[in-house]
Amino acid sequence: MTILLLILTILPLVCSIAIKVAFIPASEGIAISGAHIFFTIDLPFGGLPITESQVNSWAVLLSLFFLCLFLTHGMKTKNIGVRQIIAEFIVEKVEGLVRSSMGEMFMGFGPFIAAIMGLSAMTSLQSLLGLYPATSDLNVVSGWAILVFILITYYKMKAGPLYYLKGFTEPIPVMTPMNIIGEIATPVSMALRHYGNVISGFVISILIGTALSGASSLIFGWLPGALGGYLLRIGLPAIFSIYFDLFSGCLQAFIFAMLTMNYVSSAFPADEYFRRKALKKARLEAKNIK
Amino acid sequence: MLEIAIGIILSGCALGAGIAMLAGIGPGIGEGNAVASACEAIGRQPEAKGEVTSTMILGCALAETTGLYALVIAFLLIFLAPGRFVNILLEAVGK
Repeated sequence: MTILLLILTILPLVCSIAIKVAFIPASEGIAISGAHIFFTIDLPFGGLPITESQVNSWAVLLSLFFLCLFLTHGMKTKNIGVRQIIAEFIVEKVEGLVRSSMGEMFMGFGPFIAAIMGLSAMTSLQSLLGLYPATSDLNVVSGWAILVFILITYYKMKAGPLYYLKGFTEPIPVMTPMNIIGEIATPVSMALRHYGNVISGFVISILIGTALSGASSLIFGWLPGALGGYLLRIGLPAIFSIYFDLFSGCLQAFIFAMLTMNYVSSAFPADEYFRRKALKKARLEAKNIK
Repeated sequence: MLEIAIGIILSGCALGAGIAMLAGIGPGIGEGNAVASACEAIGRQPEAKGEVTSTMILGCALAETTGLYALVIAFLLIFLAPGRFVNILLEAVGK
């Protein structure tokens, strides 16, 4: 069972590598292009292209799903194994993060934050496997940012839609257009931040690879065969990729989750909400006494 | 004549991308200030290191946004704009 789940964890990523090898033609030299479009589904309102980023992000979703099952199946209260220790460590860390930055009221956000963090980190780290990182597609991160925007608006409306609309005219009514722009800028900046960081690392990795192959064929060109062109490309790009893929990818996942937590918890009008709740309770009690 | 026009378009796009990345100066200075203050804070209160570090990373991410806007515009100018502008020119000329 354990082995099966572990295989199922790795299988989606292997499948996406196989799809990449099978369907995408190899490019010659330097090529910086968007996601490869496999096919387009015709819909009444226009074509829906199925791209590499969709395939890769679904592979990551499946992989994370089976990873969670792998870590948490067969939990015990005594004589716990390494898997359970790891799972408990992750849960405790995320809950501590949520408690410290959102407060006790939002503890239900723990799984959501962990999901966003894991998805973002795993998707960015896909570039280590030579896959197209789905987060370097603006559409993917825009989807996440829109989800966060809906959450923010939902929590702003907790104290009634009228109170939410009134919030736009603070501090003075003249500021309304600026407030609306600021409201829209939140998801746009979140999406662009994640996308820009990942794609800059992606482009710089490609540029470093190309430059190293040029330099190596210049220095070791006298070696027989194609060896000269590849000598400097062994190992050296991995050192740069520690920063651009590993560090930057994990950092962006952390930042995206932190920003989600901060925006959602600061969007919630706590004073007004509790005031209304107390009013409602008092009114209900007055009715019951009658 | 057309070659010169296309050349001007390409050089304009390349120059524009370079000038757009001047916006990288601002986030650089801003993040430097943020990290300097965070180091001072940690030096003064070493026990608050974790909290200061996570707040600093968040602030750095926010300060970085303007630089990333410039990066996106530079990418558009390098990869997308030349083809589009050349197409517009060719349509205007009628070829």
